[in-house]
Amino acid sequence: MSASTSTPVDWTRRTAAELADALAVGEVTSVELTQAHLDRIAAVDGDVHAFLHVDTDGALAAAAAADERRRGGEPRGRLDGVPIAVKDVLATRGLPTTCGSKILEGWVPPYDATVVARLRAAGLPLLGKTNMDEFAMGSSTEHSAYGPTHNPWDLDRIPGGSGGGSAAAVAAFEAPLAIGTDTGGSIRQPGAVTGTVGVKPTYGGVSRYGLVALANSLDQAGPVTRTVLDSALLHEVIGGHDPRDSTSIDEPLPALVDAARKGTDGDLSGLRVGVIAELSGKGYQAGVLARFSESLDLLRAAGAEVVEVSCPNFVHALAAYYLILPAEASSNLAKFDAMRYGLRVLPDGVESPSAEEVMRASRDAGFGDEVKRRIILGTYALSSGYYEAYYGTAQKVRTLISRDFEAAFAQVDVLVSPTAPTTAFKLGEKLDDPIAMYLNDLATIPANLAGVPGMSLPSGLADEDGLPAGFQILAPALADDRLYRVGAALEAALLAKWGGPLLDRVPELSRNERAPR
Amino acid sequence: MPQTPGSIGSSGARVEITRDEVAHLADLARIELSDAELDHLAPQLRVILESVASITGVAGDDVPHTSHAIGLTNVFRDDVVAPCLTAEEALSGAPAQEQQRFSVPRILGDEQ
Repeated sequence: MSASTSTPVDWTRRTAAELADALAVGEVTSVELTQAHLDRIAAVDGDVHAFLHVDTDGALAAAAAADERRRGGEPRGRLDGVPIAVKDVLATRGLPTTCGSKILEGWVPPYDATVVARLRAAGLPLLGKTNMDEFAMGSSTEHSAYGPTHNPWDLDRIPGGSGGGSAAAVAAFEAPLAIGTDTGGSIRQPGAVTGTVGVKPTYGGVSRYGLVALANSLDQAGPVTRTVLDSALLHEVIGGHDPRDSTSIDEPLPALVDAARKGTDGDLSGLRVGVIAELSGKGYQAGVLARFSESLDLLRAAGAEVVEVSCPNFVHALAAYYLILPAEASSNLAKFDAMRYGLRVLPDGVESPSAEEVMRASRDAGFGDEVKRRIILGTYALSSGYYEAYYGTAQKVRTLISRDFEAAFAQVDVLVSPTAPTTAFKLGEKLDDPIAMYLNDLATIPANLAGVPGMSLPSGLADEDGLPAGFQILAPALADDRLYRVGAALEAALLAKWGGPLLDRVPELSRNERAPR
Repeated sequence: MPQTPGSIGSSGARVEITRDEVAHLADLARIELSDAELDHLAPQLRVILESVASITGVAGDDVPHTSHAIGLTNVFRDDVVAPCLTAEEALSGAPAQEQQRFSVPRILGDEQ
C-alpha cells in the first residue's frame, strides 16, 4: 500500500482507525474522505452492486457537519466523520429501506433504528444502504429482489449472504465500515468469503429496535470491517442497553477496543482455545481446512493452548435452525399485509376485492421464492399435529446446544472453527438447491441458537481457487471482548506472515466507470 | 446413528407433503400461489422437511424447551408519555389513506 509521492492519498484504502487518526490531526476532512468513498462507489458499484441506495447529499451534509464540529474542537467521538454503509434491513429515517424485497419497494421509514440513531449521534455519515437476500433469507445475496451482489475477489462469485452487500462494500473499498445483521451467519459467512472481518455480538448486546425482524430470538446486528480494531471501534458505538428493545441486555459493554489493542501485542499465554471437533473435516474444502490449521499454529506460537473439544449436539443445529427460523419468520412476515405500508396489489378480475384477497395477491407479488418457501415451511412447523414433533423438538435441541457450549466453555476460553465450509461459490450454482445453500451456515448457526458472540476474520486464500477463507472465534455470552483479543492477536500474526493486508490482493475493479444502480 | 453436520438430508425419513397440502399452507399464510409456483415449491419443501426430520426424537422428554437464548422475563417500563410518530408520519407509507386513517379494502363479505 505504498502511495508514490506523485499520486494523491487514496483514502478509501485506509482503515477506519487510520481515518479517525487523520481526521483528528486535521490531515483530511470528513467531506474529502466521504467524497472519496462516493467516487469509489460511482466507479465500481456498477460491477459489484453492493448498494441498493446511495445517499450522496445526506452523506456529504453529515460530513460537513462533522467537519464543523472538528473545527469547533467538539468531535462526538473517535469515528466522528468516518463514513459507513448500512444493511438495508435497518430502518433509516428519510432513506429507503427495502430489506431486498419488492414488498417494501419505495418504503421510506419515518424513524431510525437504534443502531442507525447511534451512528448518526456519533457523527458517522451514512453512505447508503447495502444489498441483501430478501428479508435476510439466504447465504449468497442472490435472493435479493434487486439482483445479486458480486464478490470483489471474483465478480462471477457470490459475496455470501444475507449481508453480501455490506461485506462486498467493505472488501471493494466502497466503505471503510458497514453494519450487518446475523441470524444464522449473515455477518460472519459473507466476511469469510470476502476476506473481511465480521462480528455477531452476544444476543441482546446490540439493540434490535428498527431492525426488520427475520427471527427475533436469533437476529443480532454487528460490525463489518477490514480489521479487528475497526470492528471493536464500531461495536462500541452501536452496542449497549436500549430500553426500546425488551431483549436488550442491561449491562455495560466489555472494553472491546482495549481488548483489541491488547490482542495486537500478540501474547496469548494462558489462553485456552478449543477446536470444535464437529465443525471440520467432512464437507469442508481442503484449502479452508489448511488455512484453519495454519491459524491454529499461529495461536499456539502466540502462547495459546489449543485442544479439541466435542460439542455433540451441534450436528443437529442446522435442522433445528431450519425449523425455528421459518416458524419465527412466518409469524414476523405476517405484518406485510398490504394495509398500512408496503406493496398493495389488487387481484386481477375481482370486483371490489376483500382485504384478504388483496393480502394474498400482494404477498404473492411482493415476496420472492425463498421467502415463500420459508413462510410455508414455518406455517407447517407451527401447525397443530406437527408442532411438538418439529418446533418443540427444535427448541429442545436448542437447549442441548446451549449445554454443549456451557460444557465447552468450562474447559476453554474460546472455541474456534472454519467460518464457512467452502470459499465463495459461483453465482447461480446453488440458487435452486435450498439444502446445498443452507449448508453454508452449518458452522455459524450454533452461536445464534445459543446467543453467544462470534467473529469471523480472514485466514488466508485457499490454494485450489485463490479465494478467501474465514476463521471463526466464539466466546461465552457477554464475553465479546475475548473475540477481539484473540482476533487481534491472530490478525497481527497473519499480517506479519502475509506482509500486509489480505485485501491488498483484491483484483483492481475500476475497469469501467459506471453509475451505481 | 453417527452424523456429521454435512449429512443433513441423509436421515432417510420419508415426509409426505402433497401439492394440496402446500396449497392449504399457502392459504393459511395468505399467499396466492400460482399452479407453476405450487409445482415448483412442493417438491422442494418435501426435500427440506425430509432433511430437518432427522431432528425428531433427538431430545428426550426431560429436556426443557428454549425459546430464547438469553433468559429474560417480563421487562417493563414506566408508564410515561414519550414522543412518538405523528399521524402524518405513521400514515406516510400507507398504500391509501382517508381522513387521517389507513384506508383498507372491505373486510366483511357480502352476507355479513
